[in-house]
Amino acid sequence: MNSNNKDIDILIQLMAKLPGLGPRSARRAVLHLIKKRDILLSPLADSLFTVAQTARECVTCGNIGTMDQCDVCADPRRAIGQICVVEDVSDLWAMERAAVFKGRYHVLGGVLSALDGVGPEELRIPNLVSRVGDENITEVILALNATVDGQTTAHYIADQLEDMGVSVTSLAQGVPIGGELDYLDDGTITAALNARKAV
Amino acid sequence: MEWSGQGVIVGVRRFGETSAIIDVFTQEKGRHAGVVRGGSSRKMAPLLQPGAQVALEWRARLEEHLGNFHVEPLQSRSMIMSDRMGLSGLGAVCSLIQFAFPERMELPELYARTIDLLDRIDGRVPWAAAYAHWEMLLLDDLGYGMDLSSCAVTGVTQELIYVSPKTGRAVSKEGAGEWADRLLVLPDFLRNGFDSDDKQEILNALQLTGYFLQSSLAPALGNRPIPDARARLIRALEKRL
Repeated sequence: MNSNNKDIDILIQLMAKLPGLGPRSARRAVLHLIKKRDILLSPLADSLFTVAQTARECVTCGNIGTMDQCDVCADPRRAIGQICVVEDVSDLWAMERAAVFKGRYHVLGGVLSALDGVGPEELRIPNLVSRVGDENITEVILALNATVDGQTTAHYIADQLEDMGVSVTSLAQGVPIGGELDYLDDGTITAALNARKAV
Repeated sequence: MEWSGQGVIVGVRRFGETSAIIDVFTQEKGRHAGVVRGGSSRKMAPLLQPGAQVALEWRARLEEHLGNFHVEPLQSRSMIMSDRMGLSGLGAVCSLIQFAFPERMELPELYARTIDLLDRIDGRVPWAAAYAHWEMLLLDDLGYGMDLSSCAVTGVTQELIYVSPKTGRAVSKEGAGEWADRLLVLPDFLRNGFDSDDKQEILNALQLTGYFLQSSLAPALGNRPIPDARARLIRALEKRL
């Protein structure tokens, strides 16, 4: 590309940093946007500008929204005494897609990780403990990933909440919907067998 | 360049969008890192968890390259995840291996003891004393071991119940005299290679090894802090043992 296309080059370079896109696919996306300037490029630019101005973390739970308090925390119908603890905002959005949980959330912002030097102070664990004390919480549901780091974090949180008089539960582990036993690892099969229930 | 063998995964981090870099502790090559293509996929990610034992094939154009691993699972040890104490132990073992072991340095005895320790943790066999022995061996193999053969003051080989924090040598009850309160306690099981389920003995052993990890090993590694996972294990032992 020549120097006349500097602005487009910068856009391609920025797009290439997005998840799922490389330099080649970013170039295709930018070309597509330019071809659909009126119906795609301009609205996208406006929308990006608006979100850049308004997006912020919810002061209560750490979810991302456009107000100081996210929709979930601001909804009085969701004050049912349950908090679901998730690692990241993407996990919160996944739980909301399922539309089963009717309580509120708490986003930790990561998990304890010796390798990455993430300790309890780097996560929003102290905020969780104070929320449990302040919000009349009866149950904390730990919806953390079934990885070593995720479960280490879950046990750490359970320890922190041990003397606060709340029920601390975690998501079940076992055979996923549509899963075939033949493809499961032995740990998952054992966990599923231990959590069996009457049919 | 290529080699194949077995190892224990001690660390995993995402690499790009689909791959992972794993850190494995192997018998023949010591601690060794490499890329697993597709390691972040739904199929592979559950297999690449710390503590899992895997068969490995490593390939690279040059010896000093990071290289690529082909990984086959041998033993997942994923049952540890439902055991609070076991998870603390696994975290401490993996983080200390990453903290202390130089890359590609062969440590065969420590490898064998690591496998034995992880098997104990996975099998829910009492393992706290074995963990303390493992830390002793770690210090020994890395050149910061203690001399527990005889008393540094009197030369006797009986009633060795202290260790000098300055020299790392054992001190007998008689040799300690009025200096006893400045010495580190040496639990009997640690000196004799026995097992123990005595909470105070185990905590004393971990205080002893922890002292030398902090005062001797950490300065040699650029004064990096000892991984938090070890402190979390000790807190868990204090609470639940």
